[in-house]
Amino acid sequence: MEKIDPAATHLAEEFRANPSGPHSPALQRVLNIMRGAAIAGKHFLIHDKERQVFVLAQLPAVLGSPVIRHDDQIFATTDEAEWTVFKLRWRDHTGRTLAG
Amino acid sequence: MNAIIGYCDPFCAAPGEPVRFMVSCDGVASYRTEIVRLICADDSPGGPGYKEECIATALDDSYPGVYQAIHPGSWMYVAPCADLDALTSFSVQAFIWPSTPEKGRQGVITRWSDSGSTGFGLFVDAAGCAAFTLGDAAGNTATLSTGARFLPRQWYFVAASYDADTHVARVVQRPLKSFPGIADSGEASETVTLGAVHAPGVPLAIAAFGGDPIPGEPPTAVAHFNGKIDRPRFARRTLSPNEMTALTESDIPSYLESAVVAAWDFARDMSSTKAHDLSRNELHGTLNNFPTRAVTGHNWTGEAMSWRDAPDHYGAIHFHDDDICDAGWQVSFTLDVPEKARSGIYAARLASGGVEEYIPFCVRPPRGTTSANIAFLVPTATYMAYANYVSWADLPVAEKLFSALWVAEDADLFINEHREFGASTYDSHLDGSGICHGSRLRPMLNLRPKRRQLWNLNADTHITDWLEALGFPYDVITDEDLHREGLDILSPYRAVVTGTHPEYYSREMLDALEGYTASGGRLVYTGGNGFYWRIAFHPETTGIVEVRRCNGTRNWIARPGEHYHAFDGQFGGTWRELGRTPNRLVGVGFASEGFDYSTHYVRQPDSFDPRAAFIFEGIGKNEHIGNFGSVGGGASGIEIDRADQALGTPPHALVLASSDGHSNNYLVVLEDIPLNYPGTGGAESPLVRADLVFFETAEGGAVFSTGSIAWAASLAHNDYNNNVSRITENVLRRFLDDTPF
Repeated sequence: MEKIDPAATHLAEEFRANPSGPHSPALQRVLNIMRGAAIAGKHFLIHDKERQVFVLAQLPAVLGSPVIRHDDQIFATTDEAEWTVFKLRWRDHTGRTLAG
Repeated sequence: MNAIIGYCDPFCAAPGEPVRFMVSCDGVASYRTEIVRLICADDSPGGPGYKEECIATALDDSYPGVYQAIHPGSWMYVAPCADLDALTSFSVQAFIWPSTPEKGRQGVITRWSDSGSTGFGLFVDAAGCAAFTLGDAAGNTATLSTGARFLPRQWYFVAASYDADTHVARVVQRPLKSFPGIADSGEASETVTLGAVHAPGVPLAIAAFGGDPIPGEPPTAVAHFNGKIDRPRFARRTLSPNEMTALTESDIPSYLESAVVAAWDFARDMSSTKAHDLSRNELHGTLNNFPTRAVTGHNWTGEAMSWRDAPDHYGAIHFHDDDICDAGWQVSFTLDVPEKARSGIYAARLASGGVEEYIPFCVRPPRGTTSANIAFLVPTATYMAYANYVSWADLPVAEKLFSALWVAEDADLFINEHREFGASTYDSHLDGSGICHGSRLRPMLNLRPKRRQLWNLNADTHITDWLEALGFPYDVITDEDLHREGLDILSPYRAVVTGTHPEYYSREMLDALEGYTASGGRLVYTGGNGFYWRIAFHPETTGIVEVRRCNGTRNWIARPGEHYHAFDGQFGGTWRELGRTPNRLVGVGFASEGFDYSTHYVRQPDSFDPRAAFIFEGIGKNEHIGNFGSVGGGASGIEIDRADQALGTPPHALVLASSDGHSNNYLVVLEDIPLNYPGTGGAESPLVRADLVFFETAEGGAVFSTGSIAWAASLAHNDYNNNVSRITENVLRRFLDDTPF
């Protein structure tokens, strides 16, 4: 399986500019790798309808267990949240930190 | 958060008929109750706007909040009786296929009271080995374990016996298949110091042991077993190894008849909730919470694929600790549907402080009458199939499928942490096997208005909202009405309009719709991936459906040999594989799905055929159709269908328009892929598209199909002034015209 090229930061910029796509084939491959991770610890969002914000969260290791909420990481839009998670995953896969 | 939850029964009633509401409250002393008619359940900023209408009823303004427990887990029980109480020596045995031997103590065949430490039980113990526990009236207990760990998902013969004269207890565990180096066979024997072993008042249980009886309440159980149990037997004395072997046959050998207390044949009465006892004692069992029947037994060879062809190969039941059918809650209040209530989608709105819950239901027109010439067919079988969907938290590929981070709502989080309410037929049991039953006799926590996800109910109200905005009177009919009443319920209507995702169809429902279009009816299919899965409704218990995902595009795969329904004995899977493709009924069939963005349709040459002129009145020659909408920004998206004559699209069907520009997250459905090959994404494959189709049917009838779930979310764009709305209106007005096509 391909590994994410740490030098391909133009793909990160492409994602940041348009998180929901359409995406270039190269970016789609990166996203497929990132999104294919195992369940334990996988990021997702919780919609706080009252405050109209999105809270970052992670799935538990054991099915049916309480999820892990990150109430200090709150986003006004899903696009902002997608970019934050993309950066976290980029760091996990490449060992490099993206700016922005 | 989810401090008030509930469900209703029936889901659809006529004026004057009762709808019972079962409500449980957690920390809520009382709640206000209103009945509302749902016009548009979508409260998202980009939608048509939330619309509900309060209805005057005779209900009280408020009801006390009462907590009601739910008891998941399937098991079989035989009520306590004198025959059982009289036993002193005994022997029990079965074939078992434990799916989670590591999960902790699980009852196999028991008559055990934990609180009194009395009775006996053949268990899978905490170490994952067969164990035999006995207890006397004084609370003295003894436990023997084979000390040999079960392998998951392998067949074993297990047995336990106790001789009251010698006080010798014995437990046996034998694998049906051995592997080098795996020590999963064992037995233990011990002389125990106990008084009489019996548990008066305790039910005999299979796949659990009975909880302490509560007067007036149905029996409950604990220590549920995950896996299959085949040919459980119960004898009134200890049996020799040869006698035990003889008792594993499908019939009771005549020389053992007097020794047998019960021998349950799980291959009999397959659709029922009874377990047949072959013995003269007729200790027939009751199956609680719908375990999965019609599953392969210990002796299944693969030669028979249907339980009807070789019943003795299907003598097993697959029990799950998270099976649930009917929550069985007490009725909290009953609505007598007001005589003047118009047909529509309704909900009971329950509120207390900042807590709010909706329990949807439907009102049909008074029986034997219609109040409009349009029937809106609410896809309640699909609602039941999706109820309590939790794959977003369980399925590793879920985020790839959705092409975005999952956005969970309160109800999603509640479902994840409360598996006792039963997950959906898209999900798997906690033992990893697919869930094949969908019930509405429990809270369906994701079936409610104001969901961020515009799916099923919320998406369907885009259609009711549009019908009302344009002044089309309509009646509401649900899938269960259609299943029960067939063509008769459709015949009076000039046109039938479907929901956005009428995916699950019983044979009776499909017969009715085919009969309708073949007898002059006009069908508007405003959805995608419709008429796809074959389901069976239970013949005795209303409110539960069965689906076997043995082919098609699916979240889980039915096990080999388990492709036939237990409820009706029919081959499950998709209607396409059964030769009754959606294309035959509506001209299109499932082509692809994706969740990143939706797109538009482009007019095709057929759209200029004079037969289609009425559809495109007011539509420009080069207009893109539906390049807008609140679901992904276009009218073609989510799940989409295409025309294909090879799959049954009628040869005279007009393919009016086709979608263009789907991403590679939309992939060709599995059933269109004979072998894997590159280029099956929307950017490359011509098979990934939605087709807009029209064709005439017998006796002046007609069908119009949009082939897209997202179509309905475009109807309200620009205050209903748009080409999706116009086309739908053109079609519906002509369909309501009596002039034959």
